[in-house]
Amino acid sequence: MFKAMREIFNYRDLLFMLTTRDLRVRYKQAAMGFLWAVFMPIIAVCAGILIKKAMAVVAQRPLEIDAIVSITVKTLPYTFFISSIRFAVQALVGNSSLVTKIYFPRAVLVLSSIFACMFDFCVAAAVVVILLTVFKVGVSIYLLWAPFLLLLLVLFTFGLGLILSSANLFFRDVKYVVEIILMFGIFFTPVFFSASDFGKWEPLMLINPIGSILETLNRVVVLHQMPDLFWLSYATLATAAIFTLGMTVFHKMEPLFAENI
Amino acid sequence: MSNAIEFTNVWKKFKKGEKINSLRDAIPNLFKRKDRNLTLEEREFWAVKDVSFNIEKGGVIGIMGPNGAGKSTILKLLSRIIVPNEGSIKIIGRLSALIEVTAGFHSELTGRENVYLNATILGMRKKEIDAKFDDIVEFSGVREFIDTPVKRYSSGMYSRLGFSVAAHMEPDILLVDEVLSVGDIAFQAKCAQKIRELLHSGATIVLVSHQLDMIQSLCKRVILLRRGEVVMDGDVDEVIPHYQNIVNHEIEAEMKGKLGSNAEKVKVDTSSAIEIKNVRMVKSDGAPQENFSVGDALHFIINVTAREEVESPIFKVDIVRSDGVLCCSSFSDKTGLILGNVKGDLTMNFVMDKLLLTPSIYMVKFSVWDKNKIHSYHVRNQDILRIDMDQMEYRGGPVLALEAKWSVS
Repeated sequence: MFKAMREIFNYRDLLFMLTTRDLRVRYKQAAMGFLWAVFMPIIAVCAGILIKKAMAVVAQRPLEIDAIVSITVKTLPYTFFISSIRFAVQALVGNSSLVTKIYFPRAVLVLSSIFACMFDFCVAAAVVVILLTVFKVGVSIYLLWAPFLLLLLVLFTFGLGLILSSANLFFRDVKYVVEIILMFGIFFTPVFFSASDFGKWEPLMLINPIGSILETLNRVVVLHQMPDLFWLSYATLATAAIFTLGMTVFHKMEPLFAENI
Repeated sequence: MSNAIEFTNVWKKFKKGEKINSLRDAIPNLFKRKDRNLTLEEREFWAVKDVSFNIEKGGVIGIMGPNGAGKSTILKLLSRIIVPNEGSIKIIGRLSALIEVTAGFHSELTGRENVYLNATILGMRKKEIDAKFDDIVEFSGVREFIDTPVKRYSSGMYSRLGFSVAAHMEPDILLVDEVLSVGDIAFQAKCAQKIRELLHSGATIVLVSHQLDMIQSLCKRVILLRRGEVVMDGDVDEVIPHYQNIVNHEIEAEMKGKLGSNAEKVKVDTSSAIEIKNVRMVKSDGAPQENFSVGDALHFIINVTAREEVESPIFKVDIVRSDGVLCCSSFSDKTGLILGNVKGDLTMNFVMDKLLLTPSIYMVKFSVWDKNKIHSYHVRNQDILRIDMDQMEYRGGPVLALEAKWSVS
């Protein structure tokens, strides 16, 4: 696995070129350009606020500003996750001319599609940082956990992307299954609501590693609390497992790609 | 000298037809050890069958063979796009492939962006590209349009740009697959020149081409493949004639098939007064002969039957090359042969002392005409004459194998 990772590193120029290609192609002939990177999260956040408001009305409680902020903080990584997976699933099949004609570590294709989404995430995150300052959310020492959590998210996404993209190469059904799961996944992930709303069913929400990553992120960024160490280590282990599995499966299947695409 | 490529007992199989993977089969396969045995399952076939060769550093090798011989599969194996079922492939040095040079292009991006993208895909570093960018653009001749998206390029510009990028790699080993037929003659000449430059720089080159001229001018050694197996591996002057003969055999077989189906249709017409029943090609000693060499004596024995009395029929032989060029024709009255009135069976002889046609496939058309050569009684168009190649001097497709003497005075 380390050998595979070193090979990807050796092809970093290619990774960079493919990422910029994906970005350029995405924003070519689009009048709004990079604004699209902010547009999708805004819609998602609006939906989240609407749901939160409805919940507040039912519970006869006022809608707190903190709730809105935490929805925003959780929505951004979540949209990064779903758009990355959506592009990663297609990364091999969509580049079939490269896969069948030229040799390079194919994982670069998956990684570059994720990096392209990461760029969008960064653009949107910049907006959120401005928002956080405006709402005076403040900073704390716990903020230092945030980069680690984002790294977990990226590694988890990469591992899952590797598995799904190679599976999709052999069975195009995967694409449709993933599409459906992503569409309704937001109901199974604590994005618009928080896991603690579920009382004793809380672990059910956090078993989804994305859920525990997002909740922990919310804790350190918005609530300024120490992360829940149990769920943090759970998320770390789950990420390590998915990442290792992804690298292994992908590496094993890689020689079969060109003939089976 | 050390080897740049060691290709040892390589086997590769493919599956015919659509691969419909059912989950029921695929999931157990995932956990099974990878299938490396040498048995063929249903619908599988060997694309490369126990092929071995070594190429030493700085060597230039041509790979030839009719369609489906496994040439492209070998290149794909060499470039590590696919892996063999059995055998080992060792490659020492940086390898780059001129296979489908535009594979990395994205139509939305401009020429400039694509140069960078494609060069990186082929394995160049950013600095290298920066340094070579001007050369690449100059070579391709699309400088004016370098900032236009390539989707607006003509197909020629598109492939020229692709080729220039690939040609500016500085590989230790270069694989070339039929990409040199890009652009106009001037550009092709530039390409050949570029390959020669690489050759002089000591690169190892593997060239797959159907262009005999190119193979002959660049390679010393040629590997001839057929149906996935090495038929011949040796000096270019030995292998090319052999290859030409294989190709001619195939043209012949195809033509025979076509003519065979035509002949049946012709048979229905039995109204003509005089008919060519049979034609045999024989050697000077009378033994039947199938194929000829340049300079052989050509002897046709033509059996004719006249149902009615025919006044002075005239026979004609036309020799037409497989691409439709009429090479020679001869009337029987030319040599002063006057047959008078003919009825019943008759045997005609047509003898050419020296066959001065170049190696190829020819169709021989026999016909019987009335004495004024206005009306033909019967035409037979089903005989094939094959002249095998045993010397190299007839490359480039001349019609005649002239006998001439050169001297200095």
